[in-house]
Order: sequence, then C-alpha cells, then structure tokens
Amino acid sequence: MNKYKVWQIALIYSVLVFGIIFALPNFFPSKPAIQIAFGDSLRAANTNIVNDLSSELNEKNVNFTEIDFADNSAKIIFEDVGDQLAARRVLSSYSDGEFIIALNSEPSTPEWLNSIGGKPINLGLDLAGGIHFLLEVDTNRYSAERLSSEGASIIDELSTRNINANYTSSNESINISFRNFNDLSSGRDYLDQNNFTTSGTKYNILQNDNDLELQYTDNYLSEIVDYAVEQNLVALRNRVNELGVSEPIVQREGKGRIVVELPGVQDSASAKKIIGKTANLEFRLEARPTDSFLRKEKFDYKNSLGTSAFLEKVVIITGDNVTNAQSSFDESGRPQVNINLDIDGGRSMQNATKDNIGRRLGVVLVEEKTRTFFDENDNVLQESYTEKNVISNATIQAALGTAFRITGLSSSYEASELALLLRAGALAAPMKFVEEQTIGPTLGQDNIDKGLNSVIVGFILVFIFMLIRYRLFGFAANIALISNLVLVTAIMSLVGATLTLPGIAGIVLTVGMAVDANVLIFARISEELKANVEVQNAIKNGFSKAFSTIIDANITTLLVAVILYSIGTGPIKGFAVTLSIGIITSVFTAIFVTRSLVNFIYGYRQIKDLKV
Amino acid sequence: MNIPFIQFNKFGIMISSCLLMVTLISLLFKGLNLGLDFTGGISLEVKYEQKADLERIRNSISKIENSNFVVLNYGSDNSVLIKFQSDEELSINAQTVIDQLSADNYLGTVEKSETIFPQIGEELRDQGGIAILVAMLVILVYIIFRFQIKFGYGAIAALFHDVLIILGIFSVFNLTFDLSVLAALLAVVGYSLNDSIVVSDRIRENFLDENKKGSSEVLLNDSLNQVFARTIITSFTTLLVLIALLVAGGEALKNFSLALAAGVLVGSYSSIFIVVRVLIMTGLSKKDMEKPKNEPEESYTLD
Repeated sequence: MNKYKVWQIALIYSVLVFGIIFALPNFFPSKPAIQIAFGDSLRAANTNIVNDLSSELNEKNVNFTEIDFADNSAKIIFEDVGDQLAARRVLSSYSDGEFIIALNSEPSTPEWLNSIGGKPINLGLDLAGGIHFLLEVDTNRYSAERLSSEGASIIDELSTRNINANYTSSNESINISFRNFNDLSSGRDYLDQNNFTTSGTKYNILQNDNDLELQYTDNYLSEIVDYAVEQNLVALRNRVNELGVSEPIVQREGKGRIVVELPGVQDSASAKKIIGKTANLEFRLEARPTDSFLRKEKFDYKNSLGTSAFLEKVVIITGDNVTNAQSSFDESGRPQVNINLDIDGGRSMQNATKDNIGRRLGVVLVEEKTRTFFDENDNVLQESYTEKNVISNATIQAALGTAFRITGLSSSYEASELALLLRAGALAAPMKFVEEQTIGPTLGQDNIDKGLNSVIVGFILVFIFMLIRYRLFGFAANIALISNLVLVTAIMSLVGATLTLPGIAGIVLTVGMAVDANVLIFARISEELKANVEVQNAIKNGFSKAFSTIIDANITTLLVAVILYSIGTGPIKGFAVTLSIGIITSVFTAIFVTRSLVNFIYGYRQIKDLKV
Repeated sequence: MNIPFIQFNKFGIMISSCLLMVTLISLLFKGLNLGLDFTGGISLEVKYEQKADLERIRNSISKIENSNFVVLNYGSDNSVLIKFQSDEELSINAQTVIDQLSADNYLGTVEKSETIFPQIGEELRDQGGIAILVAMLVILVYIIFRFQIKFGYGAIAALFHDVLIILGIFSVFNLTFDLSVLAALLAVVGYSLNDSIVVSDRIRENFLDENKKGSSEVLLNDSLNQVFARTIITSFTTLLVLIALLVAGGEALKNFSLALAAGVLVGSYSSIFIVVRVLIMTGLSKKDMEKPKNEPEESYTLD
C-alpha cells in the first residue's frame, strides 16, 4: 500500500493552504490611483492643496472616488483607468512641472489578509511602468574639486610657515611651484609630515625642478569614491523619500553607481529635476577686502538677483559633512536652521572659525544643470553646466563645532528650504546619469496581459497533453503544476520579490522543469510495471528511483540561478529570482503533491493492472 | 523499442560539427547584432493615433547633431521604434528626441524611452560572459563531486555546444542579442544541464548495476533508449509553453522565447549525442564507477 502518514499529509496540505492564502491578495482587483509628490514645491505648504486639486478635477469633469493628503503627498483613487489618465493630463498642466505625478494602483486587499501580512506581488518597471535611472559618481570632477580645494589650503598652511608657493590643479594632481630649492625642501617636509590618513598614504609626491606634484594614491582615491557613493546613497534616498513616491528603489550597484527606480512616475523631466538635482554645498569664509583675486571667488546670491559676495577659494567643508539640518525658531521666534556635522566636518569647521569670529561664513549651493535650447534652425541643442550660488552668508558669532545654527533668515519658508537643501541637497560627490529609462503605463499593462495570456495558453496546452498522455497520473501532475504556480505567487508576494517580464519567463521555465520531474517519475513507474513489478511497489520504486535524478537536475539549475542572481543586474536578476523560487517549489509540488494525489487515487486499494 | 543511438552518433557529430563551423565563421566574420543594452545608445517607442509618418519623423530628428537614428515600425503601423546605437560618449539623450519631435509638432505617446551610456553596455557584456563561465565552473565541480569527472566533461561539452549554436543562430539570422536573450541563454545553460544530468544519471545507474552485462557501448545505448521517451515528452511540453510565449508574448519577448525554444531543442539533442560522444571518447567503463570519487588513483584520468 502507498500511504503517507497523517502528519505528512497534514504538512503538505498546510503548505498548500498557506500558499493559497498568501497568493490570494493578487486576485483582488486593484484600483487605479494617482499619487502626487510635492517635493520642495511651494504649493506643498498650502494646506488647502486637497481642495485645490479636487476643484481642479471637478472643473475639468474628471471623476474620482477618494482624495487624501499625508506626508507631503496626495493620493487620488479612481473608478477606472480612463479617469486616471484624464486626471494625469489635467494635473500635469496644473502642476506645470512643479510636482511629481505617479500613476499607481491601490490594492483592495481585505483587512484580514493585510493583518497577516498578505499583499500583492510587486511589479517591476517593465510591467508597472515608471522611471529607471542609473547614476554614476563623476570621479574626475570629484577629485578635481577636492584637489583644487586641498591645493588652496596647502598654500595657506605653507604661507603661515613663511613658505611662498603657487599651485595649479587638474583632475589628477596638484602642482605646487616653489620659488627656490630651500622653500621646496621645507615645503616637502611639511607635506611629508601630513601625508597620511587613517588608512595610509594620501598623495604620491613627485618632484621636478622646483615643483612638487601631488597625486592621490589609488588606495585613497578608491576610498573616497567608496565613501562618496555611500553618502550619496543616503542623500538620494532622503531625496526620493521627500518625493513621497510609493515603493521607490534606491540602491548601490557595483562600485560607483546608484540605481533609482520610481514606479508609476512618467514625467522624466521633472523627476530628473528633483532626483538628479546634483546639488552640493560648500562652506567657505567670506574673503577679506584686501585678499588678492587669486584667493577669492565671486558668487551671485541665489534669491536676490544682482547681488554678489566674494568668498575665499578654500572650501572648509562640503555637503557630505552635513549629517542633519532642521528648520526651527530661535528664542525670539525668528526662523533659523540647526545644522549637525560629522566629526571630521566639526573639526575642520572649528579650525577654520576659531580665529575668524566676526567674519562671515558663506554657504554655496553647487548645482548641475542641463540647458536645452533651440538654434536658428529649430535644432535642439543641449549642454550641461555648473551653477554656483550663495544661499546664506552669515556672521560667525562663536567658534563652530559639530552643531551650529544659521539665523537671520527672512522667513520660515526660507528656513525650511535651506534645511531641505542642506539635508537632501547635499551630495558628497557630483553624479551623472549614465542610464535612463521611461516605460509608459499602457506598455506595462500590455506586457502584463501578453505575458499572462501566453503563460495561460501554454499551461492549458500542457494540461491537455498531460491528461491525454498520462490520464489520472496526468491529472495529479496538473494539480501539482497549479500548486506550483500558487506557491511561487505566494512566496514572491510574501518576500516582496519583484516580478518582471523575464521573471514571467523564468516561471515558464520552471513549469517545464516541474513537468519534467513528473515525466521522469511516470517513466520510471512504467518501466517497473513492464518489468512485472507489483503495482504498489512499482509506484513506490518509480518515485524513489526518479528522486535522485530530479534532485541532481534541480540543484545544478538552482546553482545557475544563484550565480545569475549574484552576478547579474536588472532583467537577469528578475529572471534568477523567479527561477530560484520556482525550482524549489516545483521540486516540492512535483514530488510530494503528486505523490500524495497518486497515493490518494491508487494507494488505498489493490490494483491488478495499471498502465502509465 | 531499441534505437541504435550509438550508430547514429557519428552522424550526429557530423551535423554538430557543421553547425559549430557555421557558428564560428559567422561569429568571427559577422559577429552578433548586439542590442542597445550592450552597446549603449538611445531608443524610443512612440505610438501615434494613426499610421505613423516615418519620413516626417526622420526629417525632424535628422536635425539633431552627432546622431544617426534608425526609424522603423515596431509591431504595428502606428508604433515606431527610434533607435540610435553608439559606442561613443553620448552628447544627447532620449529627451532630446522628444523635444525635437514636439518642436516639429509630431510627437505621439512615448511608450518607452531609454538612454544607455556606452560604458554600461561594455560592462554588461563582460558581466554576461563572466556569469556563463562561472556557472559552468560551479557545475563542473558539482558534477565531479556527485558523478565522475568524465560526466563533467560531457555536460560542459554539451553546454558549450548549446550556447555556441544559439549564438550562431542569432549571428546568422542577424537577430538582436539583448539582455533578455542573455537571460535566455543562461536559462538554456540550466535546461541543457538538466537534460545532461538526467542522461548521465541513467548511464551511471546502468554502469553501477552488477546485473547489467555488455560493453560500454551497449550500456550507453540502453541508457539512451531508457530516457528517450522522457526527453521527447519534456522537450515537447516545454516547447508548448515557449511557442505560446513566442506567438502571444509580444515583441518584447520574441527573441527571448526564440532563444529558449532553440535551446530546448539543441539541449535535448546534445544530451543524447554530445554527452555520450564525450563519454565514449574518454572511455567510460564500469571500472570508472567502482570508486566514484576522492580516490588518488583517479587523478590520472585528468590526462
């Protein structure tokens, strides 16, 4: 007799019940919705924004069922996709590029499912539509900036030691020219004494004539790039969170890159404006009127046109040293911004300010911008440029450390904007876009429909074939196949894996492998029967003999899937995820679920004659 | 049913040799038609309300400097694919095309737009190759551990065979080789392996069976006959799903499912012909199976 013990049956079916419950959220239709993220838009401050939006929609005759405002973003829910798309058109022209509009869907998962952690599968950008950016640290520009500022401070240090020197810098090195050999050797002594960081040597120092050339060591360069990427990751994450788009992805990829994915967002230009606002900050002392032009630089104020200030060339700290910034009010109720720096930043700030109380400290906002313009023949031309503006130039009241504040701001709006820029606008190193992708909502839906349809058609064909070829055994295999799909869906939903188009293809492949496992088993049973083994034993032997083959085949494929996941990116990862999950569940269903059904059909009675 | 597979083997090897020859020549002289993912460039899918005027689009975007766009229909008359492949540094992006089209008043709905900078493509190419090689190495180690090194050679030879022939198909027919095809190729590695292991497993079982007498060739032939029905049925059912994907999956999945379908066919074929060929050539005998692993005297088989 072929019987599973009660606990075995209980275990198999409780796994299936678990699968059904967690796959369930995917079957409740979700409602089309629009999410509006205000970012640092002026209109976000307006608490009546919900009224403004709903009256705008009503005026243009767009129906919606619900509108909510929370955490600097608004959500509007619609009855059908037509209204959703119409609303997007209306709201985009109302927004005028000022806020980010994301199309998404509001799941209608029942409360009891939600409470046990049930949720629908995350759809990848190719299925849900949205924007994908890949940003890369601009190492050349980053080191050029650092070298230029370090060059200036080395010259300063040397001059306090009565050594006269000039410097020039490129993106690879600082070149310091001394007047004579004496100056050079004392300069070299000073540099050698200070040429180290916590992890080793900072510069390779080369000497030619009366010049010293300072290059970053490879070790130090890779260290600062690594640090910059980590810092930028945090900054970008903050920035994306300030946007309030749901389910965004911001993660590091490889050595110097960061991926940003915004599901549902369509307006690439304004998303780029806010995400890609590659802004950085520089804190510099205001130059003394007597300083030579070699040591100072002129900057315009950001908010008041036509006014400008002279600041020193030496950068005390940059935005990557800012750990936090909050707007608040001082004792007499005037707006202010509280700033926190990291330890390195605090030390530099203290050194720079302790002897300069009473002078002003300028904060410079460095922005990367792209200009699009048309020439006389209507050709579109583009160029990128850097814009540097002073956003604050306040008097130093006392030596500053890791925590200080900027006061004397004109309004609480200005304070909160400055805080936001300090907090989110601070990128440790300049970044550039190396990949951008926008996928429209209809294309995504089209991909889902086509992928889903072909999987369903493929399944039906396989079902029919298995039923014709293997009859009752085929029926058991089909049930196992359906269980496999349910389990894959459940696990993907539960662990929050993302389903992509190649992912659907991965599922198709596991279907093939699951069928293979059952075919192997049935072929073995049939061989046993041909060798005149008694029916119940034939079934038993068939399963046990096929077992090791199935395990070997699946383990090697699983190894491939794991390698793909760890080496691959984007679409390859999506494929590897479903393949890995599918392989594990298919071994379970093809062996145990099929066995339990076969036991149920044949195991409890005497059978004289059986054909497979 | 007893098919003399071993007798057919020479015939099979001849076909494989011809195919591999064509593949190598085509890869060497023609190369692969690499997709945007691997070369870098700009691509847009734009949909119009009615039949798209390709000439008008071409005229409009020809004004963009430093570019050489290809404009063609994609899927239907209303949909257009605008593509510019470049492995040099890009000075423009997809937005430039959108701006230019809208300046000339002929912009439809942008269904998809992509800008990929060339160095990314180059890295992806390397990454894909590394992925396949690492996968093969790990598999080899696993098979040596579980079976015997000769089976490892067989499985790896079959893998190389399958991957090369699919690359050959993509090269000869000038099909676009993009990231999704790379994913398919990696799936073929998995599938081909599955087949090789099922066959190897059966061979091992027969060689280990004390009651089975006969020469290595007879045992190999018996093993192939035993798994043949399974190979056909599995390939057939997997092909059913893949054909559904090919027919109904849309443009995005076309080359992907094509590569996989070809891989399933070639993979089944190679498990029967290539794996066995390697086992014959390395002289697999019952003696090899006696002490399956971790024996020092085993090492001379490496020669």
